[in-house]
Amino acid sequence: MTTSAAPPQAPVALIAEITHRCPLSCAYCSNPLELERSSNELSTAEWLSVIEQAAAMGVLHLHFTGGEPLARRDLTTMVRRAADLNLYTNLITSGVQLDDRAMGGLVAAGIDHIQLSFQDADPARADVAGGLTGGHARKLAAAHRIVAADVPLTLNFVVHRQNVDRLEAMLALAEQLGAARVEIAHVQYYGWALLNRAALLPSRAQLEAATFSVRAARARWAGRIVVDYVSPDYYATRPKACMGGWGRRAINISPSGAVLPCHAAQTLPGFTFESIKDQSLAKIWTDSESFSRFRGVAWAPEPCRSCEHLEADLGGCRCQAFALTGDSSRTDPTCALSPDHHLISEALVEAETGGQLRPRRIGARRSPAA
Amino acid sequence: MTDEAAIPRFRRGVRFRFDDSRSAWIVLAPEKLFNPEGTAIEILKRVDGVRTIGVIVDDLASVFQAPRDLIAGDVVAMLDDLNAKGVVSL
Repeated sequence: MTTSAAPPQAPVALIAEITHRCPLSCAYCSNPLELERSSNELSTAEWLSVIEQAAAMGVLHLHFTGGEPLARRDLTTMVRRAADLNLYTNLITSGVQLDDRAMGGLVAAGIDHIQLSFQDADPARADVAGGLTGGHARKLAAAHRIVAADVPLTLNFVVHRQNVDRLEAMLALAEQLGAARVEIAHVQYYGWALLNRAALLPSRAQLEAATFSVRAARARWAGRIVVDYVSPDYYATRPKACMGGWGRRAINISPSGAVLPCHAAQTLPGFTFESIKDQSLAKIWTDSESFSRFRGVAWAPEPCRSCEHLEADLGGCRCQAFALTGDSSRTDPTCALSPDHHLISEALVEAETGGQLRPRRIGARRSPAA
Repeated sequence: MTDEAAIPRFRRGVRFRFDDSRSAWIVLAPEKLFNPEGTAIEILKRVDGVRTIGVIVDDLASVFQAPRDLIAGDVVAMLDDLNAKGVVSL
Protein backbone atom coordinates (compact mmCIF):
# COMPACT_ATOMS: atom_id res chain seq x y z
CA MET A 1 0.00 0.00 0.00
CA THR A 2 1.43 3.35 -1.00
CA THR A 3 -0.11 6.77 -0.90
CA SER A 4 2.60 8.44 -2.96
CA ALA A 5 1.86 6.48 -6.16
CA ALA A 6 0.84 8.28 -9.35
CA PRO A 7 -2.85 9.20 -9.41
CA PRO A 8 -4.98 6.36 -10.78
CA GLN A 9 -6.27 6.53 -14.31
CA ALA A 10 -9.93 7.44 -14.70
CA PRO A 11 -12.50 4.67 -14.23
CA VAL A 12 -14.16 3.44 -17.44
CA ALA A 13 -17.32 2.07 -15.85
CA LEU A 14 -19.80 3.06 -13.19
CA ILE A 15 -22.02 0.31 -11.81
CA ALA A 16 -25.07 1.96 -10.29
CA GLU A 17 -26.91 -0.43 -7.98
CA ILE A 18 -29.87 1.87 -7.70
CA THR A 19 -31.95 -0.45 -5.52
CA HIS A 20 -31.83 -3.88 -3.93
CA ARG A 21 -35.57 -4.32 -4.39
CA CYS A 22 -36.40 -7.08 -6.86
CA PRO A 23 -39.53 -9.02 -7.80
CA LEU A 24 -37.41 -12.19 -8.05
CA SER A 25 -35.64 -14.10 -5.29
CA CYS A 26 -32.93 -16.11 -7.07
CA ALA A 27 -30.87 -18.23 -4.72
CA TYR A 28 -27.67 -17.27 -6.59
CA CYS A 29 -28.17 -13.52 -6.23
CA SER A 30 -24.87 -11.68 -5.92
CA ASN A 31 -26.37 -8.98 -3.69
CA PRO A 32 -25.15 -8.97 -0.10
CA LEU A 33 -27.07 -11.02 2.47
CA GLU A 34 -27.97 -7.81 4.22
CA LEU A 35 -30.10 -6.15 1.56
CA GLU A 36 -30.61 -2.39 1.64
CA ARG A 37 -34.13 -1.22 2.38
CA SER A 38 -35.83 1.27 0.07
CA SER A 39 -35.92 3.92 2.82
CA ASN A 40 -32.09 4.04 2.68
CA GLU A 41 -31.85 4.52 -1.09
CA LEU A 42 -30.27 7.60 -2.63
CA SER A 43 -32.67 10.23 -3.95
CA THR A 44 -33.10 11.07 -7.62
CA ALA A 45 -31.08 14.26 -7.14
CA GLU A 46 -28.24 12.32 -5.51
CA TRP A 47 -28.10 9.81 -8.36
CA LEU A 48 -28.16 12.61 -10.96
CA SER A 49 -25.21 14.19 -9.18
CA VAL A 50 -23.36 10.85 -9.23
CA ILE A 51 -23.98 10.55 -12.97
CA GLU A 52 -22.70 14.08 -13.63
CA GLN A 53 -19.59 13.49 -11.53
CA ALA A 54 -18.92 10.17 -13.28
CA ALA A 55 -19.15 11.76 -16.73
CA ALA A 56 -16.80 14.55 -15.65
CA MET A 57 -14.26 11.95 -14.42
CA GLY A 58 -14.19 10.21 -17.80
CA VAL A 59 -16.50 7.25 -17.11
CA LEU A 60 -17.70 5.74 -20.42
CA HIS A 61 -20.16 2.97 -19.53
CA LEU A 62 -22.96 3.41 -17.04
CA HIS A 63 -24.58 0.16 -15.91
CA PHE A 64 -27.94 0.46 -14.16
CA THR A 65 -28.40 -2.58 -11.99
CA GLY A 66 -29.70 -3.69 -8.61
CA GLY A 67 -31.81 -5.48 -7.49
CA GLU A 68 -34.18 -4.58 -10.25
CA PRO A 69 -33.54 -1.06 -11.58
CA LEU A 70 -37.10 -0.81 -12.93
CA ALA A 71 -38.31 -0.92 -9.32
CA ARG A 72 -37.34 2.77 -9.25
CA ARG A 73 -39.75 5.10 -11.01
CA ASP A 74 -37.03 7.66 -11.71
CA LEU A 75 -34.92 5.28 -13.82
CA THR A 76 -35.75 7.04 -17.09
CA THR A 77 -34.79 10.40 -15.56
CA MET A 78 -31.37 8.97 -14.75
CA VAL A 79 -30.96 7.34 -18.17
CA ARG A 80 -31.85 10.60 -19.87
CA ARG A 81 -29.27 12.57 -17.89
CA ALA A 82 -26.61 9.96 -18.64
CA ALA A 83 -27.44 9.95 -22.35
CA ASP A 84 -27.33 13.76 -22.43
CA LEU A 85 -23.79 13.51 -21.02
CA ASN A 86 -22.77 11.04 -23.75
CA LEU A 87 -22.43 8.10 -21.36
CA TYR A 88 -23.15 4.65 -22.79
CA THR A 89 -26.20 3.46 -20.89
CA ASN A 90 -26.81 -0.20 -20.13
CA LEU A 91 -29.82 -1.56 -18.26
CA ILE A 92 -29.36 -4.89 -16.47
CA THR A 93 -32.88 -6.12 -15.79
CA SER A 94 -35.03 -9.13 -14.97
CA GLY A 95 -37.56 -7.70 -17.41
CA VAL A 96 -40.66 -8.69 -15.48
CA GLN A 97 -41.67 -5.03 -15.07
CA LEU A 98 -40.67 -4.02 -18.60
CA ASP A 99 -44.12 -3.24 -19.97
CA ASP A 100 -44.88 -1.02 -22.99
CA ARG A 101 -44.82 2.14 -20.89
CA ALA A 102 -41.44 1.35 -19.32
CA MET A 103 -39.97 0.38 -22.70
CA GLY A 104 -41.26 3.59 -24.33
CA GLY A 105 -39.76 5.65 -21.53
CA LEU A 106 -36.36 4.00 -21.84
CA VAL A 107 -36.21 4.45 -25.60
CA ALA A 108 -37.22 8.10 -25.32
CA ALA A 109 -34.57 8.59 -22.65
CA GLY A 110 -31.87 7.18 -24.95
CA ILE A 111 -31.03 3.75 -23.55
CA ASP A 112 -28.14 2.17 -25.51
CA HIS A 113 -28.40 -1.50 -24.57
CA ILE A 114 -30.44 -3.87 -22.40
CA GLN A 115 -29.21 -7.04 -20.72
CA LEU A 116 -32.18 -9.25 -19.90
CA SER A 117 -31.77 -12.14 -17.47
CA PHE A 118 -33.40 -15.55 -17.76
CA GLN A 119 -33.30 -18.20 -15.06
CA ASP A 120 -33.79 -21.19 -17.37
CA ALA A 121 -35.09 -22.17 -20.81
CA ASP A 122 -37.85 -24.27 -19.27
CA PRO A 123 -40.69 -21.94 -18.17
CA ALA A 124 -41.78 -23.91 -15.09
CA ARG A 125 -38.25 -24.38 -13.79
CA ALA A 126 -37.44 -20.73 -14.53
CA ASP A 127 -40.40 -19.58 -12.44
CA VAL A 128 -39.34 -21.79 -9.55
CA ALA A 129 -35.76 -20.50 -9.72
CA GLY A 130 -36.88 -16.85 -9.81
CA GLY A 131 -39.62 -17.40 -7.27
CA LEU A 132 -42.26 -15.64 -9.40
CA THR A 133 -45.12 -17.45 -11.12
CA GLY A 134 -45.47 -16.18 -14.68
CA GLY A 135 -42.10 -14.44 -14.51
CA HIS A 136 -40.63 -16.32 -17.46
CA ALA A 137 -43.57 -15.41 -19.72
CA ARG A 138 -43.12 -11.74 -18.80
CA LYS A 139 -39.43 -11.98 -19.68
CA LEU A 140 -40.29 -13.39 -23.10
CA ALA A 141 -42.67 -10.46 -23.65
CA ALA A 142 -39.92 -8.07 -22.53
CA ALA A 143 -37.47 -9.60 -25.03
CA HIS A 144 -39.97 -9.05 -27.84
CA ARG A 145 -40.49 -5.43 -26.78
CA ILE A 146 -36.75 -4.74 -26.69
CA VAL A 147 -36.16 -6.22 -30.14
CA ALA A 148 -39.24 -4.46 -31.57
CA ALA A 149 -37.89 -1.16 -30.22
CA ASP A 150 -34.61 -1.85 -32.06
CA VAL A 151 -32.56 -1.71 -28.86
CA PRO A 152 -29.65 -4.20 -28.86
CA LEU A 153 -30.44 -7.11 -26.58
CA THR A 154 -28.16 -9.34 -24.54
CA LEU A 155 -29.70 -12.44 -23.01
CA ASN A 156 -28.04 -13.36 -19.74
CA PHE A 157 -28.23 -16.85 -18.30
CA VAL A 158 -26.65 -17.51 -14.93
CA VAL A 159 -25.88 -21.22 -14.99
CA HIS A 160 -25.36 -23.68 -12.17
CA ARG A 161 -25.81 -27.32 -11.37
CA GLN A 162 -29.60 -27.18 -11.46
CA ASN A 163 -30.03 -25.58 -14.90
CA VAL A 164 -26.80 -25.96 -16.86
CA ASP A 165 -27.90 -29.22 -18.46
CA ARG A 166 -30.39 -27.13 -20.49
CA LEU A 167 -27.73 -24.81 -21.90
CA GLU A 168 -28.43 -25.84 -25.51
CA ALA A 169 -32.09 -24.85 -25.05
CA MET A 170 -30.99 -21.53 -23.53
CA LEU A 171 -28.79 -20.80 -26.55
CA ALA A 172 -31.65 -21.73 -28.88
CA LEU A 173 -33.98 -19.39 -26.99
CA ALA A 174 -31.53 -16.52 -27.35
CA GLU A 175 -31.29 -17.06 -31.10
CA GLN A 176 -35.05 -17.37 -31.45
CA LEU A 177 -35.65 -14.12 -29.51
CA GLY A 178 -33.23 -12.14 -31.71
CA ALA A 179 -30.50 -11.43 -29.18
CA ALA A 180 -27.38 -9.70 -30.49
CA ARG A 181 -25.36 -11.14 -27.65
CA VAL A 182 -25.63 -13.97 -25.15
CA GLU A 183 -23.88 -14.09 -21.84
CA ILE A 184 -23.50 -17.50 -20.22
CA ALA A 185 -22.26 -16.83 -16.71
CA HIS A 186 -21.44 -19.54 -14.25
CA VAL A 187 -22.42 -18.49 -10.74
CA GLN A 188 -19.73 -16.59 -8.87
CA TYR A 189 -19.82 -17.37 -5.19
CA TYR A 190 -20.63 -14.20 -3.25
CA GLY A 191 -23.61 -13.17 -1.17
CA TRP A 192 -26.58 -15.46 -1.58
CA ALA A 193 -24.72 -17.66 -4.05
CA LEU A 194 -22.05 -18.45 -1.48
CA LEU A 195 -24.72 -19.34 1.05
CA ASN A 196 -26.17 -21.80 -1.49
CA ARG A 197 -22.88 -22.98 -2.94
CA ALA A 198 -23.30 -26.68 -2.22
CA ALA A 199 -26.51 -26.74 -4.25
CA LEU A 200 -25.16 -24.64 -7.13
CA LEU A 201 -21.62 -25.79 -7.97
CA PRO A 202 -21.70 -27.77 -11.23
CA SER A 203 -19.88 -31.05 -11.64
CA ARG A 204 -16.76 -31.16 -13.79
CA ALA A 205 -18.68 -33.10 -16.43
CA GLN A 206 -21.37 -30.40 -16.49
CA LEU A 207 -18.74 -27.69 -16.80
CA GLU A 208 -17.05 -29.46 -19.71
CA ALA A 209 -20.36 -29.97 -21.54
CA ALA A 210 -21.25 -26.29 -21.04
CA THR A 211 -17.89 -25.09 -22.30
CA PHE A 212 -18.27 -27.32 -25.36
CA SER A 213 -21.75 -25.92 -26.10
CA VAL A 214 -20.51 -22.34 -25.81
CA ARG A 215 -17.61 -22.99 -28.19
CA ALA A 216 -19.93 -24.64 -30.70
CA ALA A 217 -22.38 -21.71 -30.55
CA ARG A 218 -19.55 -19.24 -31.10
CA ALA A 219 -18.48 -21.11 -34.22
CA ARG A 220 -22.06 -21.48 -35.47
CA TRP A 221 -22.94 -17.82 -34.91
CA ALA A 222 -19.63 -16.20 -35.88
CA GLY A 223 -20.30 -12.71 -37.16
CA ARG A 224 -23.93 -12.86 -36.07
CA ILE A 225 -24.37 -13.33 -32.31
CA VAL A 226 -21.64 -12.65 -29.77
CA VAL A 227 -21.32 -15.24 -26.99
CA ASP A 228 -19.58 -14.23 -23.78
CA TYR A 229 -18.72 -16.86 -21.22
CA VAL A 230 -17.93 -16.42 -17.53
CA SER A 231 -16.28 -19.60 -16.29
CA PRO A 232 -16.56 -20.89 -12.73
CA ASP A 233 -13.28 -20.09 -11.03
CA TYR A 234 -13.64 -23.02 -8.63
CA TYR A 235 -12.47 -25.20 -11.53
CA ALA A 236 -9.71 -22.87 -12.69
CA THR A 237 -6.03 -23.14 -11.86
CA ARG A 238 -5.43 -19.38 -11.91
CA PRO A 239 -7.80 -16.85 -10.30
CA LYS A 240 -9.71 -14.19 -12.24
CA ALA A 241 -8.37 -10.63 -12.33
CA CYS A 242 -11.49 -9.55 -10.49
CA MET A 243 -13.09 -6.32 -11.81
CA GLY A 244 -10.00 -5.88 -13.99
CA GLY A 245 -8.22 -4.85 -10.79
CA TRP A 246 -9.26 -3.23 -7.53
CA GLY A 247 -9.89 0.48 -8.11
CA ARG A 248 -8.54 0.25 -11.63
CA ARG A 249 -11.47 0.27 -14.06
CA ALA A 250 -14.80 0.42 -12.25
CA ILE A 251 -16.70 2.08 -9.45
CA ASN A 252 -19.72 0.42 -7.84
CA ILE A 253 -22.23 2.48 -5.90
CA SER A 254 -24.59 0.77 -3.49
CA PRO A 255 -28.28 1.74 -3.21
CA SER A 256 -27.50 3.88 -0.15
CA GLY A 257 -24.51 5.61 -1.76
CA ALA A 258 -21.50 3.65 -0.51
CA VAL A 259 -18.71 3.91 -3.08
CA LEU A 260 -17.14 0.49 -3.61
CA PRO A 261 -14.47 -1.11 -5.80
CA CYS A 262 -16.97 -3.93 -6.51
CA HIS A 263 -20.43 -5.02 -5.47
CA ALA A 264 -19.18 -7.50 -2.87
CA ALA A 265 -16.62 -5.25 -1.19
CA GLN A 266 -19.07 -4.04 1.41
CA THR A 267 -18.78 -7.46 3.06
CA LEU A 268 -15.10 -6.85 3.88
CA PRO A 269 -14.36 -5.99 7.50
CA GLY A 270 -11.81 -3.34 8.39
CA PHE A 271 -12.84 -0.99 5.62
CA THR A 272 -14.57 2.36 5.72
CA PHE A 273 -16.30 2.87 2.41
CA GLU A 274 -17.02 6.54 1.85
CA SER A 275 -20.48 7.71 0.90
CA ILE A 276 -21.35 9.82 -2.09
CA LYS A 277 -23.37 11.87 0.40
CA ASP A 278 -20.18 13.04 2.13
CA GLN A 279 -17.48 13.29 -0.53
CA SER A 280 -17.04 13.74 -4.26
CA LEU A 281 -16.71 10.66 -6.42
CA ALA A 282 -13.36 11.88 -7.78
CA LYS A 283 -11.90 12.38 -4.32
CA ILE A 284 -13.02 8.93 -3.19
CA TRP A 285 -11.58 7.32 -6.32
CA THR A 286 -8.25 9.11 -6.05
CA ASP A 287 -7.64 9.56 -2.33
CA SER A 288 -9.64 7.07 -0.28
CA GLU A 289 -7.82 4.43 1.71
CA SER A 290 -10.42 1.86 0.67
CA PHE A 291 -9.68 2.27 -3.05
CA SER A 292 -5.92 2.57 -2.51
CA ARG A 293 -5.47 -0.48 -0.30
CA PHE A 294 -5.50 -3.18 -2.99
CA ARG A 295 -4.84 -1.01 -6.03
CA GLY A 296 -1.96 -2.31 -8.16
CA VAL A 297 0.15 -5.21 -6.86
CA ALA A 298 2.29 -3.72 -4.08
CA TRP A 299 -0.04 -5.15 -1.41
CA ALA A 300 0.28 -8.73 -2.71
CA PRO A 301 1.46 -11.44 -0.30
CA GLU A 302 3.39 -14.58 -1.19
CA PRO A 303 3.02 -16.71 -3.23
CA CYS A 304 1.68 -13.87 -5.46
CA ARG A 305 4.50 -11.41 -4.82
CA SER A 306 7.13 -13.51 -6.55
CA CYS A 307 4.74 -15.08 -9.07
CA GLU A 308 5.07 -14.60 -12.83
CA HIS A 309 1.24 -14.45 -13.14
CA LEU A 310 0.77 -11.54 -10.74
CA GLU A 311 0.40 -8.85 -13.41
CA ALA A 312 -2.17 -11.00 -15.22
CA ASP A 313 -4.46 -11.99 -12.36
CA LEU A 314 -3.53 -9.38 -9.72
CA GLY A 315 -3.80 -12.01 -7.00
CA GLY A 316 -7.44 -12.75 -7.82
CA CYS A 317 -10.49 -11.58 -5.94
CA ARG A 318 -10.19 -9.86 -2.54
CA CYS A 319 -13.77 -10.61 -1.58
CA GLN A 320 -13.36 -14.28 -2.40
CA ALA A 321 -10.14 -14.40 -0.37
CA PHE A 322 -12.02 -12.96 2.60
CA ALA A 323 -15.14 -15.09 2.14
CA LEU A 324 -13.11 -18.30 2.11
CA THR A 325 -10.15 -17.56 4.41
CA GLY A 326 -11.35 -14.68 6.58
CA ASP A 327 -8.47 -12.49 5.34
CA SER A 328 -9.00 -10.20 2.34
CA SER A 329 -5.26 -9.74 1.76
CA ARG A 330 -4.48 -13.41 1.10
CA THR A 331 -4.04 -15.02 -2.30
CA ASP A 332 -7.41 -15.94 -3.83
CA PRO A 333 -7.86 -19.63 -2.87
CA THR A 334 -9.07 -20.48 -6.39
CA CYS A 335 -5.40 -20.25 -7.44
CA ALA A 336 -3.79 -23.69 -7.45
CA LEU A 337 -0.67 -22.05 -5.95
CA SER A 338 -2.59 -20.69 -2.96
CA PRO A 339 -1.84 -22.35 0.40
CA ASP A 340 -5.63 -22.29 0.94
CA HIS A 341 -6.49 -24.08 -2.30
CA HIS A 342 -7.72 -27.12 -0.37
CA LEU A 343 -10.80 -25.03 0.55
CA ILE A 344 -11.81 -25.16 -3.11
CA SER A 345 -11.30 -28.91 -3.41
CA GLU A 346 -13.31 -29.38 -0.23
CA ALA A 347 -16.17 -27.23 -1.56
CA LEU A 348 -16.27 -29.31 -4.73
CA VAL A 349 -16.42 -32.51 -2.71
CA GLU A 350 -19.13 -31.07 -0.46
CA ALA A 351 -21.17 -30.10 -3.53
CA GLU A 352 -21.21 -33.71 -4.74
CA THR A 353 -23.75 -34.46 -2.01
CA GLY A 354 -25.75 -31.32 -2.85
CA GLY A 355 -27.49 -28.90 -0.56
CA GLN A 356 -30.69 -26.99 -0.11
CA LEU A 357 -31.43 -23.73 -1.92
CA ARG A 358 -32.31 -20.75 0.25
CA PRO A 359 -33.94 -17.97 -1.83
CA ARG A 360 -32.87 -14.39 -1.17
CA ARG A 361 -35.11 -12.19 0.93
CA ILE A 362 -34.85 -8.79 2.52
CA GLY A 363 -34.26 -8.77 6.25
CA ALA A 364 -32.76 -12.28 6.43
CA ARG A 365 -29.44 -11.14 8.01
CA ARG A 366 -27.91 -14.55 7.65
CA SER A 367 -24.27 -15.40 7.96
CA PRO A 368 -22.62 -17.26 5.08
CA ALA A 369 -20.68 -19.34 7.56
CA ALA A 370 -23.66 -21.66 8.10
CA MET B 1 -13.14 -14.87 -47.25
CA THR B 2 -14.67 -11.45 -47.00
CA ASP B 3 -15.33 -9.75 -50.34
CA GLU B 4 -14.10 -6.24 -51.06
CA ALA B 5 -17.62 -5.41 -52.24
CA ALA B 6 -18.91 -5.83 -48.68
CA ILE B 7 -20.04 -2.67 -46.92
CA PRO B 8 -18.97 -2.53 -43.27
CA ARG B 9 -21.38 -0.91 -40.83
CA PHE B 10 -21.27 -0.33 -37.09
CA ARG B 11 -23.84 -2.55 -35.44
CA ARG B 12 -26.65 -1.21 -33.35
CA GLY B 13 -25.43 -0.32 -29.90
CA VAL B 14 -21.86 0.37 -31.05
CA ARG B 15 -20.33 3.83 -30.87
CA PHE B 16 -16.97 4.88 -32.30
CA ARG B 17 -15.93 8.24 -30.97
CA PHE B 18 -13.09 10.37 -29.70
CA ASP B 19 -12.85 10.45 -25.93
CA ASP B 20 -11.75 13.91 -24.86
CA SER B 21 -10.85 12.87 -21.33
CA ARG B 22 -8.30 10.28 -22.55
CA SER B 23 -7.44 11.98 -25.85
CA ALA B 24 -8.03 8.68 -27.61
CA TRP B 25 -10.41 7.02 -30.05
CA ILE B 26 -12.64 4.42 -28.44
CA VAL B 27 -15.26 1.89 -29.49
CA LEU B 28 -18.11 1.46 -27.04
CA ALA B 29 -20.13 -1.72 -27.43
CA PRO B 30 -22.53 -3.57 -25.15
CA GLU B 31 -20.52 -4.16 -21.95
CA LYS B 32 -17.27 -3.89 -23.91
CA LEU B 33 -14.70 -1.22 -24.59
CA PHE B 34 -12.15 -1.38 -27.39
CA ASN B 35 -9.14 0.87 -27.77
CA PRO B 36 -8.26 0.99 -31.48
CA GLU B 37 -4.82 2.24 -32.45
CA GLY B 38 -3.00 3.35 -35.58
CA THR B 39 -4.34 1.75 -38.74
CA ALA B 40 -7.50 0.52 -36.99
CA ILE B 41 -8.54 4.12 -36.26
CA GLU B 42 -8.00 5.11 -39.91
CA ILE B 43 -10.12 2.17 -41.07
CA LEU B 44 -12.93 2.82 -38.57
CA LYS B 45 -13.07 6.51 -39.52
CA ARG B 46 -14.03 5.35 -43.01
CA VAL B 47 -16.78 2.96 -41.89
CA ASP B 48 -19.96 4.88 -42.74
CA GLY B 49 -22.37 2.23 -44.04
CA VAL B 50 -21.86 3.56 -47.57
CA ARG B 51 -18.26 2.84 -48.56
CA THR B 52 -17.30 -0.70 -49.55
CA ILE B 53 -14.15 -2.35 -48.24
CA GLY B 54 -12.65 -1.83 -51.71
CA VAL B 55 -13.26 1.93 -51.57
CA ILE B 56 -11.79 2.11 -48.06
CA VAL B 57 -8.69 0.20 -49.22
CA ASP B 58 -8.25 2.49 -52.26
CA ASP B 59 -8.47 5.54 -50.03
CA LEU B 60 -5.98 4.24 -47.46
CA ALA B 61 -3.52 3.06 -50.12
CA SER B 62 -3.61 6.53 -51.61
CA VAL B 63 -3.40 8.50 -48.35
CA PHE B 64 -0.58 6.38 -46.90
CA GLN B 65 1.11 5.68 -50.25
CA ALA B 66 1.34 1.99 -49.41
CA PRO B 67 0.98 -1.10 -51.65
CA ARG B 68 -2.73 -1.79 -52.17
CA ASP B 69 -2.40 -5.56 -51.54
CA LEU B 70 -0.78 -4.98 -48.19
CA ILE B 71 -3.49 -2.52 -47.11
CA ALA B 72 -6.27 -4.81 -48.38
CA GLY B 73 -4.97 -7.70 -46.28
CA ASP B 74 -4.85 -5.54 -43.14
CA VAL B 75 -8.29 -4.02 -43.68
CA VAL B 76 -10.04 -7.32 -44.35
CA ALA B 77 -8.35 -9.04 -41.40
CA MET B 78 -9.26 -6.24 -39.04
CA LEU B 79 -12.87 -5.96 -40.19
CA ASP B 80 -13.31 -9.74 -40.01
CA ASP B 81 -12.05 -9.62 -36.44
CA LEU B 82 -14.39 -6.75 -35.51
CA ASN B 83 -17.26 -8.59 -37.18
CA ALA B 84 -16.59 -11.62 -34.97
CA LYS B 85 -16.50 -9.33 -31.92
CA GLY B 86 -19.88 -7.83 -32.79
CA VAL B 87 -18.55 -4.33 -33.53
CA VAL B 88 -19.28 -4.15 -37.26
CA SER B 89 -21.36 -6.17 -39.68
CA LEU B 90 -20.18 -6.99 -43.20
